[in-house]
Amino acid sequence: MKTFGGQALFLDRNDINTDEIIPAKYLTENSKLALKPYVLEDLKLPGFNVQEDIARANVVVTRANFGCGSSREHAVWVFEVNNINTVIGESFARIFRQNMFNCGMLAIELSKEDIDTLFQLGGDVIFSIDVENETLTAKGNKEVSFSFSLNSFDKDLLVAGGWLAYADQKF
Amino acid sequence: MGKTIAEKIFDTHDRGKPSGNNVVLDIDVVMCHEITTPIAINDLKERDLDRVFDPEKIKVVIDHVTPSKDSKTATQAKILRDWARRQNIKDFFDIGANGVCHALFPEKGFIRPGYTVIMGDSHTCTHGAFGAFAAGVGTTDLEVGILKGVCSFRLPASMKITLTGELADGVYAKDVILYIIKKLTVNGATDKIMEFHGPVVDAMSMEARMTLCNMAIEAGGTSGICMPDKTTAEYLWPFIKGEYASVDAAVEDFKKWHSDPDAVYSSELVFDVSDLVPQVTYGTKPDEVKDISDMEGTSVDQVYIGSCTNGRIEDLREAAKVLKGKKIAPTVRGILSPATPKVYSQAMEEGLIAIFMDAGFCVTNPTCGACLGMSNGVMAAGEVCASTTNRNFYGRMGKGSMIHLMSPFSAAAAAVKGYITDPRTINA
Ligand code: SF4
Repeated sequence: MKTFGGQALFLDRNDINTDEIIPAKYLTENSKLALKPYVLEDLKLPGFNVQEDIARANVVVTRANFGCGSSREHAVWVFEVNNINTVIGESFARIFRQNMFNCGMLAIELSKEDIDTLFQLGGDVIFSIDVENETLTAKGNKEVSFSFSLNSFDKDLLVAGGWLAYADQKF
Repeated sequence: MGKTIAEKIFDTHDRGKPSGNNVVLDIDVVMCHEITTPIAINDLKERDLDRVFDPEKIKVVIDHVTPSKDSKTATQAKILRDWARRQNIKDFFDIGANGVCHALFPEKGFIRPGYTVIMGDSHTCTHGAFGAFAAGVGTTDLEVGILKGVCSFRLPASMKITLTGELADGVYAKDVILYIIKKLTVNGATDKIMEFHGPVVDAMSMEARMTLCNMAIEAGGTSGICMPDKTTAEYLWPFIKGEYASVDAAVEDFKKWHSDPDAVYSSELVFDVSDLVPQVTYGTKPDEVKDISDMEGTSVDQVYIGSCTNGRIEDLREAAKVLKGKKIAPTVRGILSPATPKVYSQAMEEGLIAIFMDAGFCVTNPTCGACLGMSNGVMAAGEVCASTTNRNFYGRMGKGSMIHLMSPFSAAAAAVKGYITDPRTINA
């Protein structure tokens, strides 16, 4: 299993789509690493500077319906090759969420209140995430802890290191 | 307790419930295109798993960028082509025979009621029009599908959407689905199946039902789905006539998939569409929808008619009604991309291509191309497109460009005027 947690990157908007995470014109690449420079290229958010903000980030914190639109798993891979291991949001588009777990990466859903709290922490926010016990701690100017819940199948995928490894053993 | 059509399909394809509320389904059709499949193929090769579960159940097309526009897209096409040959996949559609996946595969009769269908493409939900469970997946799901013929899904809840009344002239399935997405929002059907019912759906052709189901994903839906009926059986008849004594016998058999009257839904919505007028998107999310009259006068640089949403023969006919004997505005670039070779040749036979060309449209080969900003009509920053596609995400058809989604009838009207206008005001 991968390790989860690290420095947070806040993307304060609902409905961020996979075209914004990785534009279609880069889908002609045949390696995951080649996608790296194009992460979030088409995302327009006030005060957000992709290249600067992504460099140290490991955990994306966002709002509702993250990853909607195209099914492209490139949206997950481009995070993976940029050292992002977890996305925390109010909700996810189904395919994006599944793609995360299929790649052995973590998508955590929290209530709107909890997400608001995270956005208000201030300072450099660092996450420690305990998948086993389904708890996370975020430390910024203040420290908060939340519990979350994972579908047991998704947890199995994290342990197996993704759906291909899991399916290859069982089917 | 009764069951929904999706529950019946899940029951008959259940390969086990590994944990949680997930079900692993046997998949009847795994469809592949050259954008999301090559990485799966390369990965399988690297893992020494370069094989397929059943070459007959895998359908392959090069459609997103075709003919290839550069070395990278040529490489993607080659990886897919070589793989299809190596794996003995007969149903492989290359240049000359290729078209937009979600228009081509139904036309070939690959989809049947009660089937499970996956593809590494979010608009796979289109095939729910045939009473199939059809869902878009990522590359890893696709990879496992290719290798093992299975895919895992959470048991989706179903929403029952009943469309009553009668569509007015000039109002189409595209207007209906835009209106529904506006009501549900882009997140309103997440993890749900949108089950379409009612006299409006019953009266729709398969083409129109495909348009309806195509955009289920834009409300977050796992799939759209319609009850297979006589219209379905007639469409499929050339492919199923060996299996059934008559169309009526097929219709009777299809009923086994219908949702039971006492099936349980997460919600039930009824929309009377009698007063619905042509719809258009105004923003950069597909739920940002208005009556077209509210956008009157918005000028456009390009009009695009095509895609898996609206590139079928009926769509071309509707647009041609407006274009016949007219010229498009000199400020507009009109692009028609018939979705499949069959649509293209039928449109030629019916004289539709001539109408488009006389009006000043450029006609491209069947391809996705401009729909995802890859080729054949990519726009410059600041430009505006009236488009019959399904996504108006900012920059999707070219960095910094704007898209207004609408029906082919409305798009043709915009082409003639050079701005968005109520198509019913143009005497068609
Ligand atoms: S036409 Fe557009 S939406 Fe449809 S499959 Fe092609 S790229 Fe996707």
